[in-house]
Amino acid sequence: MQVNEFRPLIVAFCCNWCSYAGADLAGNNRLAYPADVKIIRVPCSCRVNPMFILRAFQRGADGVILCGCHPGDCHYTTGNYYTRRRMALLFSMLDYLGIEKERTRVEWVSAAEGAKFAATMNDFAKQVAALGENKRLEDLRCKK
Amino acid sequence: MRKLSLDRLDTLFAAIAAEHTLYLPVDGKAGARFEKWEDGKVLSDALNTVRSPKDFFFPQTDNLMDFKTEGKKIEIIDTREECEDFVIFGVRACDVRAFEVLDRVFLAEPADSYYENRRKHGILVSLACNKPLETCFCGTFGIDAAAPEGDIVCHKTADALYLDAETEKGEALLKALEAVTEEADAAPVEEQKAVIRERLAKLPLADLSADAFGAGKTDALFDAPEWAELAESCLGCGTCTFVCPTCQCYDIKDFNTGHGVKRFRCWDSCMYSDFTKMSAGQPRLTQKERFRQRFMHKLVYYPTNNDGLFSCVGCGRCVAKCPIHMNIVKVMKKLGGRANG
Amino acid sequence: MQEVKRETLISKAAALLADGTVTRVLGWKAGEFAYDVTPAVFRSAEELEKDFVFDDFCGANFSKYLIKETAKEDGKVLVFLKPCDTYSFNQLLTEHRFDREKVYAVGVPCNGMLDVNRIRTVADGIVAVREEGEEVLVDTLYDGTKTLKRAELLPDRCVHCKSKKHVAYDELLGEDGEVLDSARFDEVEKLEKMTPDERFAFWQKELSRCIRCNACRDVCPACTCEKCVFDNPNSGVENKAAANSFEEKMFHIIRAFHVVGRCTDCGECSRVCPQHIPLHLLNRKFIKDIDGFYGEYQAGAEVGSRAPIVNYTTEDIEPGEAVERGEGNA
Repeated sequence: MQVNEFRPLIVAFCCNWCSYAGADLAGNNRLAYPADVKIIRVPCSCRVNPMFILRAFQRGADGVILCGCHPGDCHYTTGNYYTRRRMALLFSMLDYLGIEKERTRVEWVSAAEGAKFAATMNDFAKQVAALGENKRLEDLRCKK
Repeated sequence: MRKLSLDRLDTLFAAIAAEHTLYLPVDGKAGARFEKWEDGKVLSDALNTVRSPKDFFFPQTDNLMDFKTEGKKIEIIDTREECEDFVIFGVRACDVRAFEVLDRVFLAEPADSYYENRRKHGILVSLACNKPLETCFCGTFGIDAAAPEGDIVCHKTADALYLDAETEKGEALLKALEAVTEEADAAPVEEQKAVIRERLAKLPLADLSADAFGAGKTDALFDAPEWAELAESCLGCGTCTFVCPTCQCYDIKDFNTGHGVKRFRCWDSCMYSDFTKMSAGQPRLTQKERFRQRFMHKLVYYPTNNDGLFSCVGCGRCVAKCPIHMNIVKVMKKLGGRANG
Repeated sequence: MQEVKRETLISKAAALLADGTVTRVLGWKAGEFAYDVTPAVFRSAEELEKDFVFDDFCGANFSKYLIKETAKEDGKVLVFLKPCDTYSFNQLLTEHRFDREKVYAVGVPCNGMLDVNRIRTVADGIVAVREEGEEVLVDTLYDGTKTLKRAELLPDRCVHCKSKKHVAYDELLGEDGEVLDSARFDEVEKLEKMTPDERFAFWQKELSRCIRCNACRDVCPACTCEKCVFDNPNSGVENKAAANSFEEKMFHIIRAFHVVGRCTDCGECSRVCPQHIPLHLLNRKFIKDIDGFYGEYQAGAEVGSRAPIVNYTTEDIEPGEAVERGEGNA
């Protein structure tokens, strides 16, 4: 019998220069992470506008993770420093509105950290799966 | 005419709710609003609700139809459903008249089936205004707050609620309520009306006149230099249009759900910079034109097209709610003086 | 009651009009009732004498009007600014939204403005409002004259007034005040201490009343985009009405986020909300977080300061930790 286990949909915004390459490396090394993670490549983590995060939830994501170069290593020198501030404020606001804080995360993953990428995704997917479906930031019209 | 004692209001509401969904004004943090009645909910004493009862017939967003695509096939799904009968209790005279304004728009051929469906099933129980407020000016438009229209008209005296059916729908409902009401004499209602009319005459806006406005006044008012000054402080928000019981403009939009399209309509406001925007751009370029549009529509264009009926009912919501307190009363006073003189 | 009288402001304005310092005056115009004061432009002493008013209902912040007014024509505009308005004034200057040379700013002390909505909750049918010391006498249509305590009729922004000090002016009427210890974050802290479920329920209830009239956005002195993202059909979020609770939340999160580091906490958003949604509690959460994460920052305190959202240090708090700290945990 098939067990109808909840599988979260996760959107991972990955910066082109570090984290996306990290994901590539994870793939090349055949490190497993859930196929429920959908990667969206962005030029820099700083490209991610708070609206992107909200829209991902609207379109059915159960968790959203943003990955960029380690602070100090940004391809554009300072992009991820701005990301850090922006997301600190946004995530704190989401929490203030009562939206589960475990559904959002920022992680710094370099191009050499394929293992970290896979581990992060596995951990985040597990964390989101434990929360269940995103109800608090859902848009019913987008449900199938 | 029927009546029941005020301490038995709950029995009346329960009797109505047994057959129909019943909505009535209930006090809340931001003022009164229509809520579905259930045991324990108390009829608000507030003169009027923040949002008007138009919401029940012409909701702020309304799903019109769905589209589903599969390959090159597009399926159109009709989302309309016949609605159940429902009763709105405690509608004021101004808001009842607002439905005449809306009906002329939505029920004119071709009738708007979404609105029509709800109108067919909605029963309006009006309630005379015992204590009209300083912001009220329904009398300006020939509305009598002492004797509202409606399917059933109610009057509240010190100890009883009097109900009188005005339409077939109203008669049917009142008949169903015979068990909880008793036959009554109209004398107390007439007394109450006299009291209300006396109060109406003393309101600060009682002598506001609409004589300078109405059908055919477009040329006299359109280019008035006063518009610039009146519109100067307008923020361009939609508060006045969204609390208005007669504003009826809407926009139709498509929402992409990721696996289909939902076509919906939502209220629009002539105060917005993208109102009636076309490929050639926005026909009203500055806030002055948008501002003028709203008031000319209420006071001139609508009456011109609808036998002189004004599409303002003097409910006073915009007077109370405008963030900068610019409103139709100020417009009428400013321009009224001009057209008279 | 306000310290400075209407007559003082009129004679000041008339004098500045007469000597040619300014060509017009941005002021408050009396309405039909005691409370419905409208911002207006006055061009002569006669106009001022006829309609100009300055009383406890002159709450509107004029800073944003300066953008439109200064662009209209040459010559200086006289503007009366209350202490909280001067912060918005500075912030707009920081963002180069109007030409300082075209404005003559007169600072006016403020004793806190009355909230007509608070009066309405206890006195319906307001005919006249008078003040005697700390008491407000409201003549009503049906309940005679009601005597109310002034302190209980102040809007939240005045109860938690952050500053009686003018941070920008060409001339000051009366005495300048001090920056106050306002306890303005108390409400925010109360929310932070709730459980996520309680917070969610709280905001769900508040935001569900939103009618998307955009008054909060349109009045906001920090919201000065030529084209708002919510009016832009290409943004994908242009929605004239919130179709469901997601869109309600999205609108309010984004509205508040767009003014992070630029919001001076003037409280206009909550003042104008026809549905009485405590919108300032969203903005204040951001202000409190900024203060906590990146050091105290008051937008508009000085012209030209760099907002924390467009700044960074290499040692900034990580988002994960920030959420913990935002909840009041160490």
